[in-house]
Amino acid sequence: MALLNDEIRENLTDVFSKMDKEVTIAVFTKEDGCETCKDTLDFMKEIEEVGEKIKLETYDIEKDSEKAEELKVEMTPSIVLLDSEGKDHGIKFYGIPAGHEINSLITGLIEVSGAGEDVPSALKERIAKIETPVDIKVFVTLGCPHCPGAVAKAHKLALENPNIKAQMIEAQTFSELSDKYNVSGVPKIIINEDHDLVGNQPIEKFLETIESL
Amino acid sequence: MGFELNFDSSSLKNNVKKINENEMYDVLIIGGGPAGLNSALYATRNGLKAGIIAEKYGGQVLDTSSVENYLGYESIPGEDLVGAFREHVEKYDIPIKKDSRVEKVEKRDERFYLSMSDGSQLKSKTLIIATGSKPRKLNVPGEEEFSGKGVAYCAICDGPLFQGRDVVVAGGGNSAVEAAIDIAKIANKVYLVQRSVLRAEQALVDKLTTFENVEIHLGTQVKEIYGEKLVKGIKVYDKTNDKEFDIKADGIFVEIGSVPNSGPFKDLVKTLPNGEIEIDCSCNTSVPGVFAAGDVTTVPYKQISISSGEGAKAALSANAYINKLK
Repeated sequence: MALLNDEIRENLTDVFSKMDKEVTIAVFTKEDGCETCKDTLDFMKEIEEVGEKIKLETYDIEKDSEKAEELKVEMTPSIVLLDSEGKDHGIKFYGIPAGHEINSLITGLIEVSGAGEDVPSALKERIAKIETPVDIKVFVTLGCPHCPGAVAKAHKLALENPNIKAQMIEAQTFSELSDKYNVSGVPKIIINEDHDLVGNQPIEKFLETIESL
Repeated sequence: MGFELNFDSSSLKNNVKKINENEMYDVLIIGGGPAGLNSALYATRNGLKAGIIAEKYGGQVLDTSSVENYLGYESIPGEDLVGAFREHVEKYDIPIKKDSRVEKVEKRDERFYLSMSDGSQLKSKTLIIATGSKPRKLNVPGEEEFSGKGVAYCAICDGPLFQGRDVVVAGGGNSAVEAAIDIAKIANKVYLVQRSVLRAEQALVDKLTTFENVEIHLGTQVKEIYGEKLVKGIKVYDKTNDKEFDIKADGIFVEIGSVPNSGPFKDLVKTLPNGEIEIDCSCNTSVPGVFAAGDVTTVPYKQISISSGEGAKAALSANAYINKLK
């Protein structure tokens, strides 16, 4: 049975027609002990169907361990977005981007295709100056309407600067990780392990934290 | 599995619906909730050159799991109702500036100049302030410290993180009772703590009392939130028998009403000590050309239907004002 209904498919076809270049969705699953892997894979297959410029590559985290290592994939299900030249910009989704997170996925695809909104020039300069490696984890729940905003900003930063990597993490799928980072409110943003922000913060706030590292 | 699609095309590089710094708008509408969106609809249908500035496009309705008192909808998720509002407004190609706050407003020669948080400047002949409100805090020890670590203000966002756990909901209005109902479905135990009586609609209270895992404490005040890394419980004071006691819980959802988002406008228009912008029944503020609507104003009863109606009124008043300018 199709996961996406006709109305959503139609809307997605329309949105994806605005993509600039091709984007590859690399999906990593595993055979056992991954409850949401099958749904994630089926969902991505449907996304590929409605997006003319979307290509799907499927991997098994164990059998394709080399690829997993190359893209630094540690958990399943996960999604990495690669640009038209196959380049990884550090934009990942850990857990199925369903519910409200479909919006993060769409924004990610649009951004990596090159059709995203320009960052105001003053901010662009600040982002370009970041030289330390930055890892941003954005914990979300699928019922959270503010979360995609936070994910999109983290991903935007990753796209703008190769030193920055950003992941969406679905808090319930990865509950052990959520416990480790004391996630009991979303979106929760963890920057380089020990700096955290709660809520859909403006991009300036992300930058302030990163610049203070 | 569900999908809550609400991608909006204003985040695309080549979209035409961008607010233009060089344009003198007839009306800039500050706020993207029901009041702001209905203002935009009425303004643009009256031929005004309008723009929307929205820090949170959709407003607080986004945080409401289910709306059951908006005429025409027996029960609709808040998200879907806002989706319908937005779709309607977006048919008119009104430019929208999102994720951006107004920091300062200056009035010069009958025109308004706005300084935005991203450094841009906008200008308009009139303003409609429809910035709504934000959750009121308890102001008790531990609240700030454990914010996002068990202290939460959005039940539909953070509720799922408390599956099988014990949770306190503070408050007694509609939003508190709705939150308690939502969380009771998945939590082990829900304590509803309210310092006075329940003010929620009877229909909601009836629904809440069908849950066996809900315990209601009225006349009970939250004194302190404690924990280590995360919330472990709260200390409360029961006024009815003058006793203090502890409730062990992993989280507390604060649903005790709201405070108006009028900060950047306090130097511009008259506000009351509680922060509400004073308006007359035509949505006029103390400054000609500045109108206000919805939860940020002195209009009583913070309801979606009231805010959207007020938004319409503010736009019509702005239209009348502009016609007089000409």
